[in-house]
Amino acid sequence: MASRWAKVLGAGVVVVAAGAGVAWALTKPDPHPDTYWAGLGEPDMVNGEHLFWAGGCASCHSAPNATGDALKVLSGGRALPSPFGTFHIPNISSDPGAGIGDWTLAEFGNAMTRGVGPDGEHLYPSFPYGSYARLSAKDINDLFGYLKTLPASSNVAPPHELQFPYNIRLAVGGWKFLYFNDRPRVELASADEKVRRGQFLAEGPGHCGECHTPRNALGGFLADQWLAGGPNPEGKGTIPDITPGSRDIGSWSEGDIASYLETGFTPDYDSVGGSMVEVQQNLAHLPKSDLEAIAAYLKAVPAR
Amino acid sequence: MRLKSMIIAAGFGCLCLSAAFAQEEPQALRQSQMKAVGGALGTLGGIAKGEKPYDAQAVTAALTTISTTMKAFPNQFPAGSETGAETEAAPAIWQNTNDFQAKAQKLSADAESLLAAVPADQAGVGSAMKTLGGACGDCHQTYRLKR
Repeated sequence: MASRWAKVLGAGVVVVAAGAGVAWALTKPDPHPDTYWAGLGEPDMVNGEHLFWAGGCASCHSAPNATGDALKVLSGGRALPSPFGTFHIPNISSDPGAGIGDWTLAEFGNAMTRGVGPDGEHLYPSFPYGSYARLSAKDINDLFGYLKTLPASSNVAPPHELQFPYNIRLAVGGWKFLYFNDRPRVELASADEKVRRGQFLAEGPGHCGECHTPRNALGGFLADQWLAGGPNPEGKGTIPDITPGSRDIGSWSEGDIASYLETGFTPDYDSVGGSMVEVQQNLAHLPKSDLEAIAAYLKAVPAR
Repeated sequence: MRLKSMIIAAGFGCLCLSAAFAQEEPQALRQSQMKAVGGALGTLGGIAKGEKPYDAQAVTAALTTISTTMKAFPNQFPAGSETGAETEAAPAIWQNTNDFQAKAQKLSADAESLLAAVPADQAGVGSAMKTLGGACGDCHQTYRLKR
């Protein structure tokens, strides 16, 4: 009798262990192998700087209210409110102690494209690696090279303040299993080179969807609502639909959108406002051809 | 006699005009000022986009409108005008009045320095739009309510 119970118990332990093993295998931090980051050569600083502005690094990682050259001091310290708690944005300046000055290319690349920190831990997707995953190894090398040229800061940000269970980093593995991938967000009928460039910029470094696409309760995008707008994830108000079906910008021409991204003016010469101001001012650093590519992409995505 | 009645008529006209202004709520007044600035930017934007030919006089007039309007604009936010008339003014205006006024003055100053060396062609107007747009956005980011 006793031995039968032992068997049942033993089998139970095996099942639970196997289940835990499978769960771990599916959700463990999964960096690229070191060879992926090898042999990339000298970074292209022009591409690196373009990616810096397209990626909006400064909008989160500069000091609160920084403008002008201060945007290039990535000292961290801003707070990012979310439904899961408050994220305190870290220092990613070239300082070796407080920033990422002593990180290797592989460490930087795995953070950017796999959401894995230098200690092999999951990073929270408030850092939009779910979008940055679309950057190539070359892009990462170029951006990393450029970031190293920016000033160091010794500022240290406080730890994140998250509610249970979001404060358990292991749980991020489950989120990644469900929602993390580097596939295109939408299938586009057009294979036009300009539209493809726009798709890369908007879905990758630009991470437009992080605000402009509505999410479910676990923070995953509603796939059939790509760029359809929704409640502001950072608090009050709504974020507009930016697909061709938008009641705000659906009537804008491709030229209108490119011009808005360049100057901040809508077609009727109202101006950009709210959190889009920083985004627009970052994008204004890109070549006009890139802004036209983003506009072409926004005209090519399905209307919602 | 004729002169006298003209003076009286003119004086009466002035009275009516100032009465009309006095009756206009600050909310409505500042909204019409923003519309005037928007209209001037429309003139510049049309030239920058090549929809209209370059016209030095029109550029000067538009920049003058922006400069003078933006000098008066920050004075249209007296206590008691925080709400009403569908205002999009953010409460932060009354909390950081000095910063708000400095940001409004920045646009006036930017327009004035452009007047000192009026953009001479379409490309020049285009880069002026970027300068002016930057000042608009810097203020709207904080001081205009999101829609």
